[in-house]
Order: sequence, then structure tokens, then C-alpha cells
Amino acid sequence: MPSDVLLSVRDLRIVFDGVEAVRGLSFDVRPREVLAVVGESGAGKSLTARALLGMVPRGASVGGTIRPDLSTERGRRIALVPQDALSALSPVHPVGDQLAAAVRSVQRVSRRQARARAVAALDRVGIPDAARTARAYPHEYSGGMRQRAVIAMATINEPDVVVADEPTSALDAERQEQVLRVLGERREAVGAALVLVTHDMDVVRDHANRVLVMYAGRAVEAGRVQDVLSRPRAPYTAGLLASLPQNARGLRRLPALPGTPPAPGALPAGCAFAPRCPLAADRCRHEEPEPRPLHDRLVACHRADDVPHPAIDLFQEKQPA
Amino acid sequence: MSPLLEVRELVVRYGDFTAVDGVSFTLDAGETLALNGPSGCGKSSTAMAVLQLRRPDSGEVGFEGRELTSLTERELRPLRPRMQPVFQDPYGSLSPRHRIRDAVAEPLKVQGRWTATDGPARVAELLDRVGLDPSYGDRHPHELSGGQCQRAGIARALASEPRLLVLDEPVSALDPSVRAGVLNLLADLQDDLGLGYLFICHDQAVVRHFADRVIEIREGRVISG
Repeated sequence: MPSDVLLSVRDLRIVFDGVEAVRGLSFDVRPREVLAVVGESGAGKSLTARALLGMVPRGASVGGTIRPDLSTERGRRIALVPQDALSALSPVHPVGDQLAAAVRSVQRVSRRQARARAVAALDRVGIPDAARTARAYPHEYSGGMRQRAVIAMATINEPDVVVADEPTSALDAERQEQVLRVLGERREAVGAALVLVTHDMDVVRDHANRVLVMYAGRAVEAGRVQDVLSRPRAPYTAGLLASLPQNARGLRRLPALPGTPPAPGALPAGCAFAPRCPLAADRCRHEEPEPRPLHDRLVACHRADDVPHPAIDLFQEKQPA
Repeated sequence: MSPLLEVRELVVRYGDFTAVDGVSFTLDAGETLALNGPSGCGKSSTAMAVLQLRRPDSGEVGFEGRELTSLTERELRPLRPRMQPVFQDPYGSLSPRHRIRDAVAEPLKVQGRWTATDGPARVAELLDRVGLDPSYGDRHPHELSGGQCQRAGIARALASEPRLLVLDEPVSALDPSVRAGVLNLLADLQDDLGLGYLFICHDQAVVRHFADRVIEIREGRVISG
């Protein structure tokens, strides 16, 4: 494994509820990078993130390889910031105690030292009056404070990888920005890589170095953020970007992808995106494309060379439905 | 011409807490006014008070030239169909036990506009109007995607032939590739029917795209707009 790869995922397959929700996914996480994993409900992005931590739901089976396996060192070398901070914190213990316990779970330090580190960690994520607030319970924290406390907990042992699963979806715009800023600062300070699961392209643009776009359990496009966002090569990525209101430039009607993402277990033959794809050809309906290098990235699409730039006309509806 | 909606010095209190503290605005037919602000700023409380789902503590809500706050429940009843909410959670706004067809038919029945001959055709027409194949009428909400479910919720709101839709985060729970389709549907409905939209949304990009005017609310007060 090359030394510039921290975590190498090969042919990851996750079967959950009897359906293959992640279907042969390969990617690397590099040291200190922010890798955004983007996709819609059912794309398999959260399961992928959980697999890195060895935290897939009960009953899910995981195939393929994740090297090195950091899941045995969870909390020390890899840590999670979940969407719902309440689920990551015990309701019956003060927040500071929980951070101190995290420290003592991996290091032999005194209670007093662990406690001091917990307070310092809360202070660093901008929790006001940390020494006192550390004694409060999670329900006494606001949503934004809780999410920052969880970031403090995830980074307190200076892991190599932080996995953040939709860390701001439950927060309003102002607090989203604040939480992402704090997450970025802490990641930087402890030198961790960040795997950031999101469905928000603005978050990708503003906070990530590389992006992996998932659709129906597979990678459709992966590359540097500026390359992928400025010139998407997969029709799905292009359609997603074209449909964003911030790219609408005064149009009354937004370019829109027809239909909805397929349910796992009810995938069409061939490329899973073909039924919604304006460029779909016969081959796309029979043969699922494999990721291949194209220009500066990986793309899994038979028609990648035919995606125009800009792609907006491809998704402009002809007639209102 | 008087505006479709005219809100003056609206106040909503929960115990000692003043959630809405003297909010005023107007909204014309065919216009979209966005209420913008962080969680807890009072925008949803404003919406609920406009709909008279929570009676405001003081202030006035003029709707189609009638002052609503002084009306009794009985007097409000004939006006209620003309102002309809659409909520964020598409599944939460429809009963999980009712087929989509029954959910859309319910307002027609309650308002005494259902007949055995015309009713089913009207429901099919409404589903078609929101871009759902009428065969979806047989399904339950959990058998629809989030976007389809939100379309069904909009069809149900349209069944009452409203003039005003209060849209409380209508696309916030939807996948990005589906969101554009629902926003386009709302734009079409407004263009065709001249609906007024009171639009609550925390997504600045969506607001900038969709709204004609924006008022910013902080701690229950209008700070700009």
C-alpha cells in the first residue's frame, strides 16, 4: 500500500435487510484530507461510513476489504461524529465525564488529568464556560453545542480518521456553518483525515478536498472537488449540480432529474441511473459501467465522453409534466 | 387592490416567552414571500398564527379582506379551506393508514364537495396535477418516495381550492435530485392558479431562487425586508 494512503477500501459490499446496499465500492482515504462522500437516501453512503468504523447495523454483512482495519481501535485511531449528537452521548452522565471516559479508555491518566483534558477539549470547540458546562447533561446543551461536544469527543484522542455522518443535517444554516468550521479546525489541529458524508453540494465545495459521488451503492464519480464540481463527467453528478437553485441563474423552472433514486433491491438492469439519464443508450440498459480513469478522475459511465459542458441543457425539461 | 394577506403587529406568546413580537407584512396573490431566520426565531409560530391554527395573542391577520383574529371558530370554518399548509415531513403530514386517494378525497368530503360521480375523477385530476400517476392513489404513504409523498400532500392541499399556501420547509427533507422537481411544481401551480405562497425555508439558495421577497426574522421581530 502506498504510503500516501491511510485507509484503502476495496470492493466493499454490504448486504442489509436482504439487499445489497453497497455494491463493490473502492476508494482510498489519504492522510489529512477531507473526503466528501455524496449521495442521496439509499445510495449507501452512511453504511459505507459505518463500515469504516466496524459499526454497521446488526444483521448487515460486510464483504470486501478495508485496510488497515481501524475498527478495533475505534475512539483512538478512528472516531465518529454522527448526525444525531444525542445518540452519541449518554443521557445520564455529564458531558465532561463522557469526554474524560473517552480519554481514559485509551490512555492511563488520572481522573483529574482526564477531566482537565475534557474541559480543555470543550473549550477548544467553543463551549462557553467549559469548566462549568462540562458538568451539565446533554439535554441541557443546545443542538449546536451538543454537536460541538461530540466533535470534541471524536477528536480528543487525536485519531487518524474522523468519520462525520451528515453532521449538520439537523441544524439550521447558521449553526451548520459554525459546526463545520469547528470540525474543520479540530481536524486540522489533530492532523486527522475527515470522511464527510453529506448530500449537500455546498458543504462539499466549501469543506472538502476530494469527493466520491455515490448512486445506488456504487461510485459514479470520484476526484478532486474543484475538478468534479466545475466539470462533472458523470450525468448523475451533472444533473445533481444543474438542479441546485444556486446554479439556476434566474430560471423560473430548475433543471430537474426525472424520477427518483431507485430503492436498494429494486435496481434496474445495467446502469442504475439509466432510467433517469438523458444520455442513456442501449448499452447502459444492459451493462453496468465500472469506474475507469478519465482525465483527472474516476468515472463509472459509458457515456462520460458525451456529457456536454455546461450540462444544464441536458436536464432542462422540454414540457412541464 | 387589497393584498391577499395582511399581517399587522402579530404577537404569539408561549407562557412568558414571546415567540413572535410584532411581526407585520403583506402578501399578494401570485407572490412568494419567504420568512427567513434561524431555528426558534418565530417563523413557524408566525405561520401557525397566520393559519389561525394557533390564535395569536394580539395583532391582526387580514385574509382576502376579512380580519381573522376576531372571528369565532365557526366563522373561520368556511375560510379555512382557502389557506392550506404544506409541511416539511411528507410522511408525517399524511395518515399512514389511509391510501393516497382517501387522503386527497378527505377535504372534498369534509367540505361537502364530494359526489360519487365526480369525486373520484377530481382526485385523479388532482394527482395528475401534481405529477403523480393516478394509480398512486391506491398506495399508502410508506409506499411512496419522499418526493412523491410531498406531491400527494400538495394535491391534498389543492383539493380545498386554496388561495394561499403556507409552505413550512416543503423541500427540506427531500433528496437534492428530487427537490428541483417539487420546486418546479410549486412554481407551475403558482403561475397557473395565482396562489400566494408564504414560504418558510432555512436554505438560502432555495429562498433566493424561489421567493419574490424575503423578510428576515430574529427573536420574533422582523429585522429586514
